[in-house]
Amino acid sequence: MAFYVVQFLTGLASAASLFLVASGLSIIFGVTRIVNFAHGAFYMIGAYIAFTLTERFSGAFGFWGGVVVAALAVALIGVLVEMVLLRRIYHAPELFQLLGTFGLTLMVEDLVVLIWGPDDLVGRRAPGFKGAVDFFGQNIPSYDLFLIVLGPVVLGILWLLFQRTRWGVLVRAATQDRDMVAALGVNQKWLFTSVFAVGVFLAALGGALQIPRDAVHHAMDLRIIVEVFVVVVIGGLGSIVGAFVAAVLVSELNAFGILIFPKISIILVFLVMAVVLIVRPWGLFGKPEAAARKTPGLTVNPWRPLTSNERLAALAALVVAAMLPLFAGNYALTVGSEIAIFVIFAVSLHFLMSVGGLASFGHAAYFGLGAYGVAFLAKMAGLPMIVCLLLGPLLGCMGAAVFGFFAVQLSGVYFAMLTLAFAQIVWSIAFQWVGVTGGDNGILGIWPEKWAASPSHFYWLALGVAALVTIALRIAVFSPFGYALRATRDSVLRSEAVGINAKRIQWTAFVIAGTTAGIGGALFAYLKGSVFPDNLGISLSVDALVMVLLGGVETVSGAVIGAIVYKALNIWLVSQTDLSKLVLGGFIVLIVVVFPKGIVGMLEILAQRRRKSSPPGSSLLAKPIESAE
Amino acid sequence: MRARNCFVGAAFALLAVSMAQSAVAQDIKIGEINSYSLLPSFTEPYRKGWQLAVEEINAAGGINGKKLVVVSKDDGGKPADAQTAANELVSSEGVAMLTGTFLSNIGLAVSDFANQKKVFFLAAEPLTDAVTWAKGNKYTFRLRPSNYMQAAMLVEAASKLPAKRWATIAPNYEYGQSAVAVFKKLMSEKRPDIQWVDEQWPPQGKIDAGPVVQAVAAANPEAILNVTFGPDLVKLVREGNTRGLFKGREVVSFLTGEPEYLDPLKDETPDGWIVTGYPWYSIKTPEHDAFLKAYQAKYNDYPRLGSIVGYQTIKAAAAILTKAGSTDTDKMIAAAEGLSMPSPFGEITFRKIDHQSTLGAFVGKTAQKDGKGVMVDSSYKKGADYLPSDAEVEKLRPKD
Amino acid sequence: MSVAPPLLAVEGLTKSYGGIHAVRGVSFSLRSGEILALIGPNGAGKSTCFDMLNGQNKPDTGHVRLLGEETTAKKPRDIWRMGVGRTFQITATFATMTVRENVQVALISHGRKLFNLFGSAPNFDRGEAGRLLELVGMGGYAERPCGELAYGDLKRLELAVALANQPKLLLMDEPTAGMAPRERVELMRLTAQIAREKSIGVLFTEHDMDVVFEHADRIIVLNRGTLIAEGSPAEVRSNPQVQAVYLGEGLLYEAEHREGASA
Repeated sequence: MAFYVVQFLTGLASAASLFLVASGLSIIFGVTRIVNFAHGAFYMIGAYIAFTLTERFSGAFGFWGGVVVAALAVALIGVLVEMVLLRRIYHAPELFQLLGTFGLTLMVEDLVVLIWGPDDLVGRRAPGFKGAVDFFGQNIPSYDLFLIVLGPVVLGILWLLFQRTRWGVLVRAATQDRDMVAALGVNQKWLFTSVFAVGVFLAALGGALQIPRDAVHHAMDLRIIVEVFVVVVIGGLGSIVGAFVAAVLVSELNAFGILIFPKISIILVFLVMAVVLIVRPWGLFGKPEAAARKTPGLTVNPWRPLTSNERLAALAALVVAAMLPLFAGNYALTVGSEIAIFVIFAVSLHFLMSVGGLASFGHAAYFGLGAYGVAFLAKMAGLPMIVCLLLGPLLGCMGAAVFGFFAVQLSGVYFAMLTLAFAQIVWSIAFQWVGVTGGDNGILGIWPEKWAASPSHFYWLALGVAALVTIALRIAVFSPFGYALRATRDSVLRSEAVGINAKRIQWTAFVIAGTTAGIGGALFAYLKGSVFPDNLGISLSVDALVMVLLGGVETVSGAVIGAIVYKALNIWLVSQTDLSKLVLGGFIVLIVVVFPKGIVGMLEILAQRRRKSSPPGSSLLAKPIESAE
Repeated sequence: MRARNCFVGAAFALLAVSMAQSAVAQDIKIGEINSYSLLPSFTEPYRKGWQLAVEEINAAGGINGKKLVVVSKDDGGKPADAQTAANELVSSEGVAMLTGTFLSNIGLAVSDFANQKKVFFLAAEPLTDAVTWAKGNKYTFRLRPSNYMQAAMLVEAASKLPAKRWATIAPNYEYGQSAVAVFKKLMSEKRPDIQWVDEQWPPQGKIDAGPVVQAVAAANPEAILNVTFGPDLVKLVREGNTRGLFKGREVVSFLTGEPEYLDPLKDETPDGWIVTGYPWYSIKTPEHDAFLKAYQAKYNDYPRLGSIVGYQTIKAAAAILTKAGSTDTDKMIAAAEGLSMPSPFGEITFRKIDHQSTLGAFVGKTAQKDGKGVMVDSSYKKGADYLPSDAEVEKLRPKD
Repeated sequence: MSVAPPLLAVEGLTKSYGGIHAVRGVSFSLRSGEILALIGPNGAGKSTCFDMLNGQNKPDTGHVRLLGEETTAKKPRDIWRMGVGRTFQITATFATMTVRENVQVALISHGRKLFNLFGSAPNFDRGEAGRLLELVGMGGYAERPCGELAYGDLKRLELAVALANQPKLLLMDEPTAGMAPRERVELMRLTAQIAREKSIGVLFTEHDMDVVFEHADRIIVLNRGTLIAEGSPAEVRSNPQVQAVYLGEGLLYEAEHREGASA
């Protein structure tokens, strides 16, 4: 019995750390609607700075002072980031902030190694909480008890802050309805800045408090960020109490789950999230998203098919690309193939995200399923390459059909998180089911047949498929289906009122996007000759998002350009420097600030400016649009 | 605004510097791939190690008179990126052979690439047995003692322990799984009386140490096998110390004696764990002394195991190239098979039968000295003594 | 002699939330070409009633029949397929699409081509889309992005969209809310004209009594969820119960007064 009590308390201690970080993320999201990918980075910097301070200043005062000062210092960094970076992009398309904070995260990961060195750092134990307390023969670390108390205390302080102060009232009001607070004449800028600072403070505090039990290292951010997102979503976005309950739920399920299924940790949070989102689409304590006054409607530039001149230009570009083998070497051709494959991947997500308004955070699942489809067919059934290429993507198609059915019942961030959960579930199956998938050692030896083996032939194959896929999806954008899909994106209410079954349209789009991604994955398997769980992993999903956002989420062809620029730059940087993350992150942040509509979005604006030398008023500026109830 | 320009300027300056590495045509180029950005704590000393080797080789006249140049690429910890890098090195840089890699899956990916493109690959670190056995191929050689070998070394010591109830804690991926599987198999062969009472599989890099420690303690084992390393190990050790998990229990642990993983533990270092590792401070052989002196003189830092791996990888590559007298792949393979060479750990041989080197490892016990973790009572285990019989190996390895 | 069923027949519609009757036993009917106004003070149950007609909400008991066919269990999109067009209190349009495309979406849906992946949507029923836009006076705006439109124009666009499936019945929830007075009159005149020409029944809710009394053929009045009066504008205006309900708000009086002044 004592054992179960102690296991429960241990779970609570884990929950407390998780809650600190999650509450910050939840507050930030609730008010600013920013999907703050850099939250984990702030957590990590908090730990690093606290490490330095607590090593420098000894004693109880040095330790606790160091922890608090570290959190404050990081909050200050957060304020800077908010003022310099985020303020410029609040009115950018949805999720563009995700891109900006993703860039920051990349930079921070390299920066901490530059500043603090490559070694794992182990900090001091907390003065006064070094040992353990005996509980009927079981030991409970006293620091765990401290954390168990701290969690509810922080919850209480936050609660008081939100219930009893004018600032808190404003924050709650803004969480409910951002526009309303703006209309009330509140200085929104400083409200956002202060909220961001508080959120970052909590993240950094969470990081700093890890010192006595964790090692400080440069991958801490990734370890926590996804989990924290999951907790926030399970609890209900913007709900602090929800974050607390979800943190406890996840931690306790883990603490007791490993007693029965020792391998459960790897997938537990995602299973819980998937179940919660299917049963309670807005999280345990969340409220249905106040029908958003949509931001994607910022585009005043209507989409149109290419004019015949533009078609010629695109054809010319394709011809030039097809001539690459005449003057480029094998390496360049293989990189070219890889880029072509990522163009396929990016346009498939674009179809779902830009056309359908459904930003998937787990799109790599279908890419990877396509790759595994090929691997199974080639290795187990021994089918010829062409058959594998045709049938392999069907695995992506099937995955998309099953998961898409559930995912399209949701929208917005909840949709994104459910897709993420599904992707992680698929990933962990690939990772765990060693007998079939080879686990993380993957499936090897899936090389192309002779006719496609030479780099130039494979390049032509990849380029041809990429061109076909891009054209097909473009045709689909301007097909009746494409219109219907855009209609469901702009207004589900209106779509239903003109006889459109929005869910079915979106589901179909999901399957199309998943199958297309699977085609990319199938080619990728042959390009690399092998398949790994990485091919369905989060970082690949994030790559896809970044490519679409970088190109311009509001444009028709942004994904193509985004994929080419991002992938080429990425490959080149990784090849040239060990600090590729720093440079790439810097580049992304720069793009975000300078081209808040993405590369193609920016080009379109420039072209438009040139077209009409006297543009009618403010047509370039964003206009709030009321498109919902 | 100015700060940003500065930053971009600095970034491009960095690029320019790294690009200036391109070598002259007469040199012999070796391609090297590792997870520099993902695993800096291993790869930084590793890089220092191979840079030292390059310096020594060229100072001694290079490879049959030609200068040795190593072109190094980061794989970011992703197999797909490793293949892109491998391809660049082979197609674009025209390297004579590929070397490096840390993670098992990346090692396998590059090994498969080498097999497909008929390129010589000397795997430095990846521990999975598959590299030389189940998925072994003609083109791939490996330097470090494999999972099997390290398990066998540990089992030798572990089987002498009186403990009968064993629990295992290992990261939930192929490395952890196969380490546990081999250890269990070898252990049970020697000690049929052993019971396996609990197993914990925390996700790599994400251990929730408190509950794991509790769960293991609840099973009340007499001994524990640990396979976690890096930050997971730190968390596990800290929780275990506080909760008294290790008190009165024997612990056998993979890799924990390597400075990369032992040093961060400082005054938390547990006492008396049986570990594999690298006690650079207590190795008293002329070969190692020479290496140690040279390393410390160049870097004013002590070596980690990564330093040894990096150093010996390039030394081995050079020895193969020198003996082959050519950069022709088949000739290099012929030269490498059965080739013996000196190393800081003594002479090693690349076995003909499975292309595994006989580099060994040190087995000893952990202890604390002046608030730092060290390995004591350590002894060097020669790799050759911990490999299965040739007949077994032949069954494990596909025919070329 | 059997009588053809009325266009819309509502019988005993009831809906309650947590014991409070939002709508109780409401019955009325509507003929083709007739313009029927549903009025009542705030909280009278107009919106609830309306939502039950268009399928947004399901009644606890009661029936809604369209040309004799039960619609109570149907979804909005199925009700639309039966020939019911609707406009919203706060306009709901496809903000990133052009005015023409908005109409084309409805035409695509009407033509059951929603899952056509390879056709050309920009050319889909272009002529018909143009005609509908001309009909509501939006012909000149066809290529404008919908997000740029003034509010009154959005309302007219909604009307065009609602007409795309050649509806038998139009449901208009506060069609003139948020519009300038001159625009209101114009929009309702247009609606009435179209309704009479095409013999479409119109049911609308409205706060503006000017609009109601000028354009409705018949008026039904809801108060606290029950129907308290039904009849021609003149009958309703002189109904003492209605006057009592509206006295507090002064709206009816004001409307009467203003109308009187203008007469």
